[in-house]
This record gives sequence, structure tokens and C-alpha cells, in this order.
Amino acid sequence: MTDPLHSARVASVMALGDDSLILGQRLGEWCGHAPTVELDLSIANLGLDLIGQAQLFLDHAGDLEGNGRDGDALAFHRDVYDFRNCLMVEQPNGDFGQTIVRQLLFSTWQRLLFEAMARLDDDRLAEIAAKAVKEVAYHERLASDWVIRLGDGTDESRRRVTEGLDWNWRFVGELFLVDAAEQPVIDAVLAVDRSALRPAWDATIDRVLDEARLDRPDAGRGVTGGRVGRHSEHLGHILSEMQFLQRAYPGASW
Amino acid sequence: MSRELPLWEVFVRAKNGLSHRHVGSVHAADARMAIEGARDVYTRRSEAVSLWVVPSSAITASDPGEAASLFEPAEDKVYRHPTFYVVPDSIKHI
Repeated sequence: MTDPLHSARVASVMALGDDSLILGQRLGEWCGHAPTVELDLSIANLGLDLIGQAQLFLDHAGDLEGNGRDGDALAFHRDVYDFRNCLMVEQPNGDFGQTIVRQLLFSTWQRLLFEAMARLDDDRLAEIAAKAVKEVAYHERLASDWVIRLGDGTDESRRRVTEGLDWNWRFVGELFLVDAAEQPVIDAVLAVDRSALRPAWDATIDRVLDEARLDRPDAGRGVTGGRVGRHSEHLGHILSEMQFLQRAYPGASW
Repeated sequence: MSRELPLWEVFVRAKNGLSHRHVGSVHAADARMAIEGARDVYTRRSEAVSLWVVPSSAITASDPGEAASLFEPAEDKVYRHPTFYVVPDSIKHI
């Protein structure tokens, strides 16, 4: 069965799961390396929240797909070109300033997205979002507090968080991008029109940047492609680590 | 100046009706950061419905050198425990 609406719907749910999965995996790299033990646990908690969301989204995507793949199969048995995550989440962590700016940009977007998902005609998605939005609201709070602290902090913290903002800004446009294939899914109220979230996102981010005494970077030319499987070199490296066990010992379980 | 952030003592209330209990400490620049640190360090396995953080510097401790005069006098006053009363069988939950 190759109903274009249905495959676009599966891809749309998969993208939600892949965003959470890849960022969760990325954040896990901080484990044992964060600036303080408190932040070490904070970042690990964010990562675990995201991986929990990924499992729910990908299980749902697998059920919709109907080929007998569950969340684990989708996470561990797909290659780079089959991942639908946005480019922002696969970028290297950089320093803590770069990581926490990415978290602010992403979590604010995710919070708005999950709030809007409550109105979808897909009960399971709406339920996952209702649970996850509480987690994400905390991610957003933690990240904004740190961006404000660092932006309005010392010369060094300000410089680092400014560089983090400039680096991450090129990936912002993709968060709100909707392609032609997904439009019918949005029209059927099975996916959120992400382009409509931009004004609320801008307003929230501007408030935080203002308090942090940081300038919003110039729009510039954004980078896109993640949603159709065109990824940066970094995703392959994440997958080779994340999928190592299943590649070396296919089907291993405990 | 020390690079270490100030210390805060963390108190957790496990459920409504119970008292807050001291569980440990976190380093933080201010109260809001201390609450976030405490949340992530001490409540990640759903241990809490409420958190208190208190600057450690605000706590005055008793002097260990005075322990003898402060606490030992209570040791031989067993009659201060209500263990000499006979509780009637019909009284529950004591």
C-alpha cells in the first residue's frame, strides 16, 4: 500500500521521534563531562527525557507504518538517509554555551509544537505530547536561565554564548519548514503546521535574548535537508556509536 | 575569590502532610539555580512534591565541643519517654 498521505504521516511522526532520539543521544555525551555535578545530572535528565519521548514517537511511527518495526528497530536498524531529524540536533555539542543555546532554541520550539499537538486528530500523538510538554517546559526553563546567566555574565561567558548562538542560528529555519508532501497531513489535522509556530517562538526567544543582553543573529542563509534525509557528516558518527551493539551483534538483547 | 559556587542545603518533602527532610546539598549561584540543581540531583526518581533550599551559611550548628553539656543530661531521663503508660487495647495507632 503506497498511499502518499499515509507515508507522509509516518514520516512526520518519525521526524518527531528522530529529533528527540538524536538530541537525547547527543546530550548523553556530556555525561561525566559537564562543568559541575549538578549540571551533569541536569543534562543527563534532559537526554533521558528526550529518549523516552523518542521511544513513544517511534513506536507509534512503527505501528502506523505496519511493517512490524517497533521503536527499537527504527532507532537501531536505520541508516543515515532514513533519519528525518532536523540538522540542529545532530550538531556537535561544542562547549556548554553552545549546547545550552541549542537547548533553548530547540526546547522552546518543542514546547510550542507539543502544545499544538494537543489539538491533533491523532489521540496517541496528543497523549504523548501532553506527557512530554511538561518535561520540555522544564528544559526550556533551565536553558533560558542559563542563557540569561551566561549572556549577562562575564566577558568570557558572554563571548561563548554569543558564538553558540551564531553557530546554532543557521539551523533555526528548518525547525519551521513544512514541505509539500507533509501539507496534506497537516490539512488532515494529523500533524502540526510548524510554520505557524514561528511568531510565538520569535517572541519567546527575543524576550530571553533581551534579558541576556544578547543580539539576535542576522537571519542569513539557513541550512536544511534533515527532514528529507540529507544530513551533515555528524549524524553518521552519532549512529555508529549509538547503533554499535546492534551492528556488531544483530538482534542482541538482555 | 573562590571559583566554587556557594553551597545550599536541600530539603525534600516526599508527600503532602510530611515534613521537609534534609537530603544533601548543591552548589549554586542563587536560589533559582539551587532549586533547579536540587530538582535534578535529588528528585529524579520522583522523591518529592516540594523542595526547600537554604544557603548553608544561614545555618548555625551546635558546637561539637559542647555536646556533653547540651545532650548528655537527657540520656539518664528515661521517664521523659512516654513508655510507662499502659495503652488500652482499644486505642489504635500509637
